[in-house]
Amino acid sequence: MTFSAFLFQALNGLSTATGLFFIAVGLSLIFGVSRIINIAHGSLYMLGTYIAYSFATRIGGALGFWGGIVATTLIVGAIGALIEVLLLRRVYRAPELFQLLATFALVLVINDAVLWLWGPEDLLGPRAPGLRGSIEVLGRHLPTYDLFLIVIGPLVLVALHFTLARTRFGRLVRAATQDREMVSALGVNQAVLFTSVFALGAALAGFGGALQVAREPANLATDLIAIGDAFVVVVVGGMGSITGAYLAAVIIAEVKAICIGIGVVDFGFGTVNFSKLTLVAEFLVMAIVLIVRPYGLLGRPQGQVRSVAEPEDPIRPATPALKALGIVTLMFLLCLPLVAQSSPYLLILGIDVLIAIIFATSLHFIMGPGGMHSFGHAAYFGLGAYGAALLVKWLALPMGVALTAAPLVALAGALLFGWFAVRLSGVYLAMLTLAFAQIVWALVFQWETLTGGSNGVIGVWPPKPFDKASVYFLLTLVLAVIAVLLLRRFLFAPFGYSMRAGRDSALRAEAIGIDVKRVHWLGFAIAGAICGVAGGLFAFAKGSISPETIHVSRSIDGLVMVLLGGIQTLTGPIVGASVFATLQDTVMRQTEYWRALLGVIILLLVMAFPQGIVGAFSSLWRRAGAKP
Amino acid sequence: MIKRHVQYFAVAGLFAGLMSPASAQGTIKIGELNSYKAQPAFLDPYKKGWEMAIEEINAKGGVLGKKLEVISRDDGANPGEAVRVAEELVTREGVAMIAGTFLSHIGLAVTNFAGQKKVFFLAAEPLTDKITWQNGNKYTYRLRATTYMQTAMLMPAAIAAKKKRWALVYPNFEYGQSAAENFKTLMKKAQPDVEFVTEQAPPLGKIDAGAVAQAIDDAKPDAIFNVLFGGDLAKFVREGNTRGVFKNRTVVSLLSGEPEYLDPLKDEAPVGWVVTGYPWDKIKTKDHLAFVDAYKKKYNDYPRLGSIVGYVTMTSLAAGIAKAKSTDTEKLVEAFKDLKVDSPFGPFRYRASDHQATMGAYVGKIGLEGGKGTMADFQYVDGATVLPSDAEVIKLRPTESN
Repeated sequence: MTFSAFLFQALNGLSTATGLFFIAVGLSLIFGVSRIINIAHGSLYMLGTYIAYSFATRIGGALGFWGGIVATTLIVGAIGALIEVLLLRRVYRAPELFQLLATFALVLVINDAVLWLWGPEDLLGPRAPGLRGSIEVLGRHLPTYDLFLIVIGPLVLVALHFTLARTRFGRLVRAATQDREMVSALGVNQAVLFTSVFALGAALAGFGGALQVAREPANLATDLIAIGDAFVVVVVGGMGSITGAYLAAVIIAEVKAICIGIGVVDFGFGTVNFSKLTLVAEFLVMAIVLIVRPYGLLGRPQGQVRSVAEPEDPIRPATPALKALGIVTLMFLLCLPLVAQSSPYLLILGIDVLIAIIFATSLHFIMGPGGMHSFGHAAYFGLGAYGAALLVKWLALPMGVALTAAPLVALAGALLFGWFAVRLSGVYLAMLTLAFAQIVWALVFQWETLTGGSNGVIGVWPPKPFDKASVYFLLTLVLAVIAVLLLRRFLFAPFGYSMRAGRDSALRAEAIGIDVKRVHWLGFAIAGAICGVAGGLFAFAKGSISPETIHVSRSIDGLVMVLLGGIQTLTGPIVGASVFATLQDTVMRQTEYWRALLGVIILLLVMAFPQGIVGAFSSLWRRAGAKP
Repeated sequence: MIKRHVQYFAVAGLFAGLMSPASAQGTIKIGELNSYKAQPAFLDPYKKGWEMAIEEINAKGGVLGKKLEVISRDDGANPGEAVRVAEELVTREGVAMIAGTFLSHIGLAVTNFAGQKKVFFLAAEPLTDKITWQNGNKYTYRLRATTYMQTAMLMPAAIAAKKKRWALVYPNFEYGQSAAENFKTLMKKAQPDVEFVTEQAPPLGKIDAGAVAQAIDDAKPDAIFNVLFGGDLAKFVREGNTRGVFKNRTVVSLLSGEPEYLDPLKDEAPVGWVVTGYPWDKIKTKDHLAFVDAYKKKYNDYPRLGSIVGYVTMTSLAAGIAKAKSTDTEKLVEAFKDLKVDSPFGPFRYRASDHQATMGAYVGKIGLEGGKGTMADFQYVDGATVLPSDAEVIKLRPTESN
């Protein structure tokens, strides 16, 4: 790579950075003020591209393109305001992170709505009128539109900076980011502030999406890709810092562009194709930044948020009624193989549900009582699954050994990643766990000789007698019961109490002699190991595993299960996992637009049970009991 | 009060969803699974294609006196999910056979499932060679021309170009990697002095097109072998055109002539690229014209390649069942050996040796007509002419698979 090639790739990186910046900055603003992790932000970005495409092709010409971009920005902003007023406002008082569930449902609904409105085909918009060609820089052709992007990013950054620094609205936003209760106590209308910030964030996403119309086709997969990128940029830059967001966007885009520019390099002992690194470059950057600077490049420690939700009751041992219910359920499940003789699929679904239960319960262990919101729990699921499958594939070990090894492999991973993760808290911890999960994913994806690359490991079937669904179901049941009871035992042991003490007040816990970091680290490791069991069981249940096992969508599924059931109760994840796994299975069969249907059902559940299903029932129970 | 109602509806919705659909009696049930949500551009026409085939077959009285009934499912674009869906189709719906899948790794997972559970599986679209070769099994057949076949079809043009310095660009997953490997192997064999100056492997769906196009240009190749498709292809072509990357360079490209991927490019279709694809408006054979007419009449839209794949998947299964005179798995496996099927592309057969169909593809150059991309100077390449011999492929397959 020559020096001029290097410089030119740097220019390419700058134009890509603008796109990243626009997705990220809105997310950062929204999070700063309302503390909502808006997963639907990528969907708003995608909507921007589609709407701008329609303007550019229906009206056409310079007006359709440039005017369309302006109109799109306003429309997406209005959609954002609607979402905030109609949906999010109803769930602000729910336990933290619960809003994430609502925005996750929106992702599903918006995706299917776009499919319905615009159809399945990729839609490539026209080139930008006035900026169709290229100019010569360093003996190469730089598209003039890229030049425009390189300029517009910093311009918007400056404008936003000015707005935040000099206007009343900006002051309120900054104040709310630091202490929103104080802002509302001073008589500022929070509802208007939240709505306008959400609308502004959405408009920025729409603007960013609209600008891409000249560069890439409108595509239905954009939403998840965009949100992944946006999270990384926001966290690397520092939550709430717009300059940080731009800086992070530039760094990530540059690293990728340079990796692509380097291409294939022969190191003597072997060749490395650096262009393949783009798969994981942003997550490597994120992991390094978070380890070195826990609050991102330009971020500051998060302001204390006084919880607006109902205060959480301390967890209590199961009541006799609950114990009885548990035993009855268990008896029923033990008899299921007999019942299922006429419909064998019941057992297969049962195995999936039980695996989901182990997965969700182990995640809840650190999320609920531990207060560590892991966005990358799939990593330990995947490590368990791959650990077991690879032992079978390479060493032809029997299933018993492989299933024992699964939690050990996951434990090793959780010990390693947990050591870094517990040093952070809140959303930074969540993002670091996500980064680790993505790194594991990329490693599995890339290390073809060991893991089979994108194909994964094929042909991992259980031996006799476990090849029969009924026997495998019983095995899964036994392991699930052990896992759930073990995790409960931990929570009611002194260890569990110290973990919760560390969550509720790290300072006080330290003062009475609890090594909070160490306790949380161990908790993280235990959850990882148990999750590995689920992974191992999964590998043998499906007969094959692939990198999808570790994909971020599995981590999100886990979050959805826990939140759906109710994060504040111990039975929550069990109910949440059962409901979600069954729903997914049922809904996928019902209609072509199953995503939208699933989204709508989750939205209804969110509205109906703002503390999760179990949370809502147990508070109903308490209220009924409290009556004279 | 309102809250109560919402709760009630949520619960009622759950129960309504749990009830399984009633099924018709006296039909032959075919299970079909595919990544409809993840790959709609190809699979939407695909679904239309197979729906038309089923309608035609049933209008003629079905097969063995029974109507065909397809039970179709989304596989969530995830191998684990796909295996569960396949199990559901077999155990709950009681289908006699399964068909479908699009992405290579999902096809492989279902192939393995079919071998383990002894279920007949016709892989419709996944292209990886492993389905019929390294990971092949007795119960799995495959319709679509494989990565190897499509690459081999392009080789004559690539060799005739007499270019020494080649750049490769491919999506970083099974399909792209194996296409690149195949190309390098075949090229080295035909032209030992060939040099591969750079390889760009962007992640699927996430290409940073400007940087990739530039990196290829900086490597100063004489020719480019492209495996990108879909949105990645559109971005790459636009950036490449603006930056003059394709100027005076031979480009050989897999699948780019398929309407699914070519049409979104509109007037920016890269003229002169040598591609495999499907020039649907220019194939004047009788079978194909009849297919296009029927399809246009039914859907008021033109067929894409997916439509052909969907249509032929179901006509193949119908032909197989008719030949086997049964839906028994073992008999179906036998019947598919050397099964002859008439398709809109002309007749082809399923090879007994590696269970691969010989349905070919069209190879030609991309041209521009009326502001739209199309294929010019194209010809149909029969799959049988590019496949290795029976003796060679049997060595590639696991011994117990035949």
